[in-house]
Amino acid sequence: MRFPRPTIPIFGHATRSKPTGVLLGAALCLAPLLALAEAPPTEEVSTTGLAVTDDTVTVGILHSTTGTMAISETGSVQAEKLAIQQINDAGGVLGRKIEIIQEDGASDWPTFAEKSKKLLVEDKVAAVFGCWTSASRKAVLPVFEQYNGMLYYPTFYEGLEQSPNVIYTGQEATQQILAGIDWVVDEKDAKTFFLLGSDYIWPRTSNKIARKHIEKLGLKVVGEEYYPLGHTQFNSVINKIKLRKPDVIYAIVVGGSNVAFYKQLKAAGLDIDEGKTTLLTISVTEDEILGIGGENIEGAYAAMKYFQSLDNENNKAFVAAFKEMWGEDSVIGDVTQAAYLGPWLWKAAVEKAGSFDIDKVREASPGIELTTAPEGYVRIHENHHLWSKTRVGLARADGQYDVVYETEELMEPDPFPEGYQ
Amino acid sequence: MFDGYTLGELGSILAMQGFAGLTLFSVFVLMALGLAIIFGQMGVINMAHGEFMILGAYVTYVVSTVFADFMPALFGSYFFLAMALAFVTAGALGALVEWAMIRHLYHRPLDTLLATWGLSLIMQQVFRSVFGAREVGVTLPDWLMGSFQLTDLIEVPINGLFVMALTFLIALGVYLILFRSRWGNQSRAVVQNRAMAGAVGIDTGRMDRMTFALGCGIAGVAGSAFTMIGSTGPTAGQLYIVDTFLVVVFGGAQSLLGTIASAFVISQSQSTMEFFLSGSMAKVLTLLTVVVILMLRPQGLFSLKLRR
Repeated sequence: MRFPRPTIPIFGHATRSKPTGVLLGAALCLAPLLALAEAPPTEEVSTTGLAVTDDTVTVGILHSTTGTMAISETGSVQAEKLAIQQINDAGGVLGRKIEIIQEDGASDWPTFAEKSKKLLVEDKVAAVFGCWTSASRKAVLPVFEQYNGMLYYPTFYEGLEQSPNVIYTGQEATQQILAGIDWVVDEKDAKTFFLLGSDYIWPRTSNKIARKHIEKLGLKVVGEEYYPLGHTQFNSVINKIKLRKPDVIYAIVVGGSNVAFYKQLKAAGLDIDEGKTTLLTISVTEDEILGIGGENIEGAYAAMKYFQSLDNENNKAFVAAFKEMWGEDSVIGDVTQAAYLGPWLWKAAVEKAGSFDIDKVREASPGIELTTAPEGYVRIHENHHLWSKTRVGLARADGQYDVVYETEELMEPDPFPEGYQ
Repeated sequence: MFDGYTLGELGSILAMQGFAGLTLFSVFVLMALGLAIIFGQMGVINMAHGEFMILGAYVTYVVSTVFADFMPALFGSYFFLAMALAFVTAGALGALVEWAMIRHLYHRPLDTLLATWGLSLIMQQVFRSVFGAREVGVTLPDWLMGSFQLTDLIEVPINGLFVMALTFLIALGVYLILFRSRWGNQSRAVVQNRAMAGAVGIDTGRMDRMTFALGCGIAGVAGSAFTMIGSTGPTAGQLYIVDTFLVVVFGGAQSLLGTIASAFVISQSQSTMEFFLSGSMAKVLTLLTVVVILMLRPQGLFSLKLRR
């Protein structure tokens, strides 16, 4: 069973996604009959007027499907729809099928705020899966807090935030940075670091944490540089790197700049795969490599919590299902997997609470475990972030990563790390 | 700032920075030449210039895919065909756009600005629908990758050299076409005095279309070349548009020589400052300098002496 590929509306109107296909249609007609027997009555599971009926519950998906961020957010939308379809196939949540209202944030932060208000106030959705950039999350945060909604946010981000109305399914900064730097120090005997980033909050905060950690270890940062978003000329900084000869280039370049940076690094003859200099990044997932080109980034290391090549049963099933739904040549990055966790974590919390009410779901969320996550086992922390492992991958020419390291323990999420600010 | 570096290292770095500056200069010239023709010569503010460049980049992507799939043996030479096709495609679309849209708006420059901005949105969405929202990776032939190692520290990227050579050839070509050919004479005549040019028998409508197409075609070639150094995505054109206008306006809109001079000044100051300050700071200072100079000299570095 497949959803049709989503068509992208030019003028960003809402698309209400409805499953098609005779089989699925038949399943949907039968489902209420089957489910009614066990589904608890609506007045019990929803007391605050959310969009819950006897056989359906409505959730929102709020990502950019147009504009500059569509590149990144498309994968998240696909993962969330896959998770919701799988949940529906397995009987839904509290005996109710999940219906989706999808809104387009159009890469524009005020639009995100407006659409989230629409989802919460008019559509009364039980949960929203969405946002990607920190800017869009900051824009919708007051709306979610005012109208008491629940947002599942998938992207790794800079931390320094914790809201009762958000569950952060990606890593906050320390979860991505500390273990990666420890690994490169142990494994590559690194002594000197060159920090590089795009000029906005996430790379700057992350590099701040990285610098503190490097200096705590008694090692040296020999340079720190930021370039405006969209910058396409990195020759000067590459010269600087050559002059300073750092053991590690720690790169947090994003978006279109990423492509320019790695292409120029490669052209400048700074070979990152010959052992002299190690390149460690926290901003390049398999998605980004599509644009960069595997041959340009081969030999670089990335610190993430998920790689498509992870070798476990959960992940194999996830990758197979994703490809079946969205096409054989799909690529799954770290954030896409984190987005996939959202609906499952919400389902588990709702079932534990026995209710769709936001307050009860919030109360039930800490301690929720997921043993079926593609990345392995995850658990929701008191602070609404996830306990998860950090992994280091080595980029291959075919655009995938070889996982070369993973932490033994789950890393504790620490959005307000003491001594790192 | 220079602590701990030997004289030899400093020399190498100066050489490398000089080369980086020259590469940036070539990139700026390549970006701006097309716009200098359209904006400078015709006075059309073409906000979709970046999208014409990306059209060229996508043509390169398609050609490289076709070669990789059907003619792997000839893959090394696909780039030249790709550039030629990028020129033709972008130029043809340019001619179409001029015929359908721009020619009705010559007396309403502000409306052209809005119309071409709308065009840029439409083109972005078409790219997104056809090629997907994600960036595509253009594989370069092997001979364009890597670098010449001159000394231990000095390495010269081959694609940088390629961009420089290409820029020189295109600049030379534009010069010959505009200033040494009969067609160029007519084109400049139309720009300077439309009524008079019409009176001596020049088909001014056709001249406009060809000039606009030429500008767009050059943008296409530039986009094709930039697949070597930058990204190819639906909105990547936006990365170039500001710098492009900056170069053209700073140089004096009507002077091609001015465009080249301004590209040189901006690129050299940018890459020198980038080395001594941080990247963002260098950009701020460059922009500030440009603003101050434009306040003192609103017509730009060079301007044509015209009787008005």
